[in-house]
Amino acid sequence: MPRSAGLPSAARIKYSIFHAKHVDWLVRGVTGWGVHLPYPRLDRSAIRDVAGAGGGKGTRTVASYDEDTTTMGAEAARGALLVQAARVPAAGRDSRPGSLWFATTEPAYADRTNATVLHAVLRLDRSVPAYDLTGSVRSAMAAVRAAWQAPGASLAVTADTRTGLPGSGDEAAGGDAAAALLFGDGNDVLAEILAWESVTEEFVDRWRAPGAVASKLWEERFGENRYTELGAEAIKLALGAAGIDASGIDRLVVAGLHERAVAGVQRASGVPAERIADRLTAVVGNPGAAQPALLLAASLEAAAPGETILLVTLSDGADAVLLRTTGALASYRPARPVAVQVARGGPVSYGRYLHWRGLLPVEPPRRPEPARVSSSAASRNTGWKYGFEAGLGDDGAVHLPPGPADDSRRSAADEVGTIVTFTIDRLSYSLSPPLVFAIVDFDGGGRLPLELTDVAPADVVIGGRVEMTFRRLATSDGIHNYFWKGRPVRDARAADKNTASKSAASKAATEAGESAPDSPPEK
Amino acid sequence: MGSHGIADRVAIVGMGCTRFGEHWDKGIDDLIVAASNETFASAGVTKQDVDAYWFGTAQSAMSGIALARPLGLVDKPVTRVENYCATGSEALRQAAYAVASGAYDMAMAVGAEKVKDGGYSGLNAFPIPGDGTARSVTAAAMFSMVAPAYAKKYGVPLADMKTALARVASKNHHNGKLNPRAQFRKDYSVEQLCAMPTVAGSLSVFDCAGVADGAAAAIVVRAEDAHRYTDKPLLIKALSLVAGNGSGLGDPNYDYTTFPEVAAAAADAYAQAGIAVPRAELAMAEVHDCFTPTEIVLTEDLGLADRGTAWKEVLSGTFDLDGEIPVNPDGGLKAFGHPVGASGLRMMFEAWLQLRGEAPQERRISTYGKRSLALTHNLGGYPGEMVSFVSVVGLG
Repeated sequence: MPRSAGLPSAARIKYSIFHAKHVDWLVRGVTGWGVHLPYPRLDRSAIRDVAGAGGGKGTRTVASYDEDTTTMGAEAARGALLVQAARVPAAGRDSRPGSLWFATTEPAYADRTNATVLHAVLRLDRSVPAYDLTGSVRSAMAAVRAAWQAPGASLAVTADTRTGLPGSGDEAAGGDAAAALLFGDGNDVLAEILAWESVTEEFVDRWRAPGAVASKLWEERFGENRYTELGAEAIKLALGAAGIDASGIDRLVVAGLHERAVAGVQRASGVPAERIADRLTAVVGNPGAAQPALLLAASLEAAAPGETILLVTLSDGADAVLLRTTGALASYRPARPVAVQVARGGPVSYGRYLHWRGLLPVEPPRRPEPARVSSSAASRNTGWKYGFEAGLGDDGAVHLPPGPADDSRRSAADEVGTIVTFTIDRLSYSLSPPLVFAIVDFDGGGRLPLELTDVAPADVVIGGRVEMTFRRLATSDGIHNYFWKGRPVRDARAADKNTASKSAASKAATEAGESAPDSPPEK
Repeated sequence: MGSHGIADRVAIVGMGCTRFGEHWDKGIDDLIVAASNETFASAGVTKQDVDAYWFGTAQSAMSGIALARPLGLVDKPVTRVENYCATGSEALRQAAYAVASGAYDMAMAVGAEKVKDGGYSGLNAFPIPGDGTARSVTAAAMFSMVAPAYAKKYGVPLADMKTALARVASKNHHNGKLNPRAQFRKDYSVEQLCAMPTVAGSLSVFDCAGVADGAAAAIVVRAEDAHRYTDKPLLIKALSLVAGNGSGLGDPNYDYTTFPEVAAAAADAYAQAGIAVPRAELAMAEVHDCFTPTEIVLTEDLGLADRGTAWKEVLSGTFDLDGEIPVNPDGGLKAFGHPVGASGLRMMFEAWLQLRGEAPQERRISTYGKRSLALTHNLGGYPGEMVSFVSVVGLG
């Protein structure tokens, strides 16, 4: 496939006119997206009673105890590729990303690449490069820009966990999320990038020493002044490059951690208030590096073909990205829509949130800590550990994990399964007891006993439907142990199979599994 | 090819067993010496008379040196064996086969475990380096899934199921109360047990075997030599072991109401021993009651009750000390706790006492004098992935 490879927008427009009949392959832009919003939600009103300050209205998303930026990024990326696979059934490699760019301010590892975990989860070809861009909030735009400018299909994944000291504005305003944008060319494109303009300026408004829990901030008015000016400047450049004015903008999306500056840029943009995108702060909060892609995804999910979207991000300068949606958008169905995930969450108490964040040490389980994962053993088994591969035995049985003689292997990560039986384990080592454990039969064959997450013990039923989610089981000696857990299916696929069995028998088993007095706050 | 067994070719001529419990004042060496000396005295032999030793311990020590050193053995072959919770039974199995083979005249199996030095409650396997995808769930949780599955399959009302489980614990605690070697020597009523808080599924701590330190041992010789050492040798009728391949965990047809490895080991053992109707022929059974639902399923897998009926048999007292066929007359894992390497030999010690009439009157099995065969059973692992051992021994 010919590649447009991120030509400057003006040159590309000119070139497009010259080759008008072949314009389709010169179009480059967003070809898909995936978003992950953690299930736990912290009610901001719970903060002030404990911390003595802070809090507010609404909720923020909280990465669960078994999530980090890598696992959330993997979930978002899975969503993007799942849709792509469905859109182009026979496309094979071409629609699979040829490069992977992962950005976060809160990498699970330093020195070693985190994107390789995503690479393994997505089962990308070993010739596909995977790179991290970590540290600043702005690195998210670097990842998106790299994916846009890379040849062929390429994937940008952004993820962030935002933490502030108890009672701080950052704590209440922050959110945890991941969002992935897939880029490509031609007829796959859902939103073409018409212009990308960037301005950069050195000033210290927000800073954090590596390893520190919370950012520090300069006087708010200083950042507001700089960012409002930078945002306006970037917008002007982008509109100029595309030859349109503010009245041509159907949706304005402004991302950035400086809330007053964001509001200032919105006001100064000249875009009418009704065309300014909701920033999801009431439920999600501000997920930092994940915010630009998250808000763009939300806007794309609301947009019709032919709309012009302006994404502005304020971070150590400003980026303004102008996109126009295509006719292909009309038939695009995201795997897990933003609106659905916004609406689907369960409460986490402030105490448990603080514990998960390492801000409130609690008595550890009186059990031996999990052993350190063997790096060499894990490296031999990446197909299973990261790709959730199932093997097909000679007898036709599906094996999870694959048996040593199973030559035929496929990923079962996107399959749905049914709970055969389950138990609640209050004895096992867990960072968030009790451990919910179920025997699950997969629709594509095979059975696996596995841990469930994002679920209250009282809500588990025999016959319940379960999907797989990539999580961090534990960390030992600084090595994260990533693997898969099950979580309840909370959409239409829940009814695919065995709906009839959710009857008296399952109710009885729930009672046998007893209702937990100290169940996790997730509901 | 075939599993022929060694029925009536090898006999146990001496046994010993420590009290099981939290032996804060004893190490593994002390436990080994205590059980071994009792056993030497029981057979009327010395450590030099024994030609070869098998030492069962799951994770308290490694290698035969761990037995040779505390016993001060000189130039003796000592093999350490491990096979999950069947470790003690496995040591006996190896010793018996060694004698049956003609390689040795006299062999000894010693099983010991020092669990309480670990610093944590419960049994904790030491970690083998792995890829981190192994299940982290406890054995209690895995076995807790048996109870609702069994109740569902056989239409047992959950309240009745809970009562039956409590009845298993109540029975075994009662038997343990009468036994000076047991760790827990107290009665618990079904009502008390049903009121306990749960720790895994519907199981309470009292549905789980205790944890204890302990040791037990046995000396075996050729059957024809047995009467040199005792008037009442215990003849080995069957020794059977099945190591599952773990397929049950991934088999959509597995329903958590039976342990196929146990049923297979039992079938093999009964064939070796020539037993057709175990419930009518056995005087007693010592079974691996690691959790209360385990014992209910085991009695069915071992052919002591028809499928789906064991819970009723438990409630009606069939397996009580004075019932039709006593199960765990010594109190079982429930009242003894489970020092992994010792438990299989502790069960055999109960068969040794009961069949020979050495159990005191107040805890003598109802079948004494009427039947002369006893069964011991261990399992190690989880539903779907376990090892299972079954033995049959008898007088004459």
